[in-house]
Amino acid sequence: MTGEVQTNLQIGEDGNGRFNVRGFPWWLVAIIGFLIMMFLLIMTNPDYNRAFNFIKGDFGGIEGLQDSGIAGFIGTGIAITIYTTLIAFAVALVIGLLAGLGRVSTNVFVRNIAITYIEFIRGVPTLVLIFTVAYVIVPPVSEMLGFSGQSISNNSRGIIALSIIYGAFLAEVFRAGIESVPLGQTEAARSLGLNGRQAMRHVVLPQAIRNVLPALGNDFIAMLKDSSLISVLAVRDITQMARLHAGSTFRFRESYLVLTFLYLSMTIALSLFLRWYEKRLRQNAR
Amino acid sequence: MHDNSSDGVQTRPGHVLGDDIIVIKNIYKVFGNVMAVCGFSLNVRQGEVVVVVGPSGSGKSTVLRCINHLEVPTEGAIYVDGIHLEDEKTNINAVRAEVGMVFQQFNLFGHLSVLENITLAQRLVRKRTTQEAERVAMEQLERVGIPEKARAFPRQLSGGQQQRVAIARSLAMNPKIMLFDEPTSALDPEMIKEVLDVMLDLARGGMTMVVVTHEMGFARSAADRVVFMDQGCVVETASPRTLFNDPQHERTKLFLSKIISH
Ligand SMILES: Nc1ncnc2c1ncn2[C@@H]1O[C@H](COP(=O)(O)OP(=O)(O)O)[C@@H](O)[C@H]1O
Ligand SMILES: [Mg+2]
Repeated sequence: MTGEVQTNLQIGEDGNGRFNVRGFPWWLVAIIGFLIMMFLLIMTNPDYNRAFNFIKGDFGGIEGLQDSGIAGFIGTGIAITIYTTLIAFAVALVIGLLAGLGRVSTNVFVRNIAITYIEFIRGVPTLVLIFTVAYVIVPPVSEMLGFSGQSISNNSRGIIALSIIYGAFLAEVFRAGIESVPLGQTEAARSLGLNGRQAMRHVVLPQAIRNVLPALGNDFIAMLKDSSLISVLAVRDITQMARLHAGSTFRFRESYLVLTFLYLSMTIALSLFLRWYEKRLRQNAR
Repeated sequence: MHDNSSDGVQTRPGHVLGDDIIVIKNIYKVFGNVMAVCGFSLNVRQGEVVVVVGPSGSGKSTVLRCINHLEVPTEGAIYVDGIHLEDEKTNINAVRAEVGMVFQQFNLFGHLSVLENITLAQRLVRKRTTQEAERVAMEQLERVGIPEKARAFPRQLSGGQQQRVAIARSLAMNPKIMLFDEPTSALDPEMIKEVLDVMLDLARGGMTMVVVTHEMGFARSAADRVVFMDQGCVVETASPRTLFNDPQHERTKLFLSKIISH
């Protein structure tokens, strides 16, 4: 899930602080160049400008969100994308932590429940799971819980689906994190009289979570991208808005380039932050 | 078995041993198809210091780990302070709080400061307030000679300092027994003495100790008895002077000749 290119060097420097042509992040220049070009197009070209304003959601997003200040500023489309990602990721963290703990449990029953969930989700394409969760699982479950199946908005269904899907991925991240903490830590804790839960909670988990923070960051970026899939539920996130704009104006190039621009600026910003953070972690570890 | 008469009194003046606090009755431990321990018995009296020596793989660590139930013997029984460890009704966490363990690799909690390392189990297991736990922690840090490192993190300490913190962490629980598994084997030579000094001090203070070590100097000055193990069994047990100067078994002689030669 990680697989990031890692460099110990300050951007564009060799180990001695001099400019280093081979180590310079030309890729970043190229990407930022693309982003600047898109920005200029949006500012100057009326077709791009219209596409941008439509997709970011100035013209009718979902009721309720329109009025809130932040959505008014960044646009309802972008707001839906961001808040879908944030909520789904937060829920996925909780599911993932529980499933990850179940995965390493010594209780055969608990462990097999966790493995069943994880393998089930990993064996089915994300898009298929979104349909299945939204239309097959949510209605009967919500009825069991006492809501009518129709009262759950498509956006909520999308969030539920993404949470369940990413919960399985994050479970594996947490499991790897827990296993990365040496057994000696648990043994030292147990030999001091801590019980199994206390050792997990106070000794193993804090170190496991610290070890997987970069991996969690990468999964957050992946979640931001995969949030585009909930457009198939007709949720008006930026992807859906781009499809609507392209469909009504036939401005495919403008619509999808602006959409690409929006995702890329968010993911690049996050990924640069993550690189910086990982570098800081490595320096602190020394 | 308790031939700690002359040597024991001489090296540890005024030292009185109490009743048996550890009773190991004929334990066996099998890992897959490896017999790590086969028929090991040992009684340790209150206040006694027992040093266990033997070649690598002879089952020393396994025996030590059985004493605080990190390993469960395949057969046999262990009683610590009269409590049967292998009994399902035994609250093993309560027993472990009374038995400190010091590991070769220190095993300090990397995400916690030195002070937090020492207060964690006091608060969770002994239910002491943070204030009380910190007071005890500082006392123990003084005892091992590094009170100034209370706010440091383990990775900022030398190996010798880390091991002394690990000892302080165990002592802060006020254990009745301390187990040491090769506490100086992972240390650079210049740091061995600072750790052994702390252990010697502890032995002189009357702590019951079972120590796996190849530090013969420590064994000579602190041990009431030395147990020589080979292939999962006790080969011979004697006072350090007798065992080192006049070993009875060929295997003991062979082993001693190897470790004394370097
Ligand atoms: N967890 C384990 N799994 C399998 N074999 C083990 C395990 N622990 C110890 N052993 C084996 O048991 C034997 C005794 O090991 P140990 O008690 O660590 O010896 P010592 O501490 O004297 O070097 C060795 O052969 C070792 O490989
Ligand atoms: Mg060993």
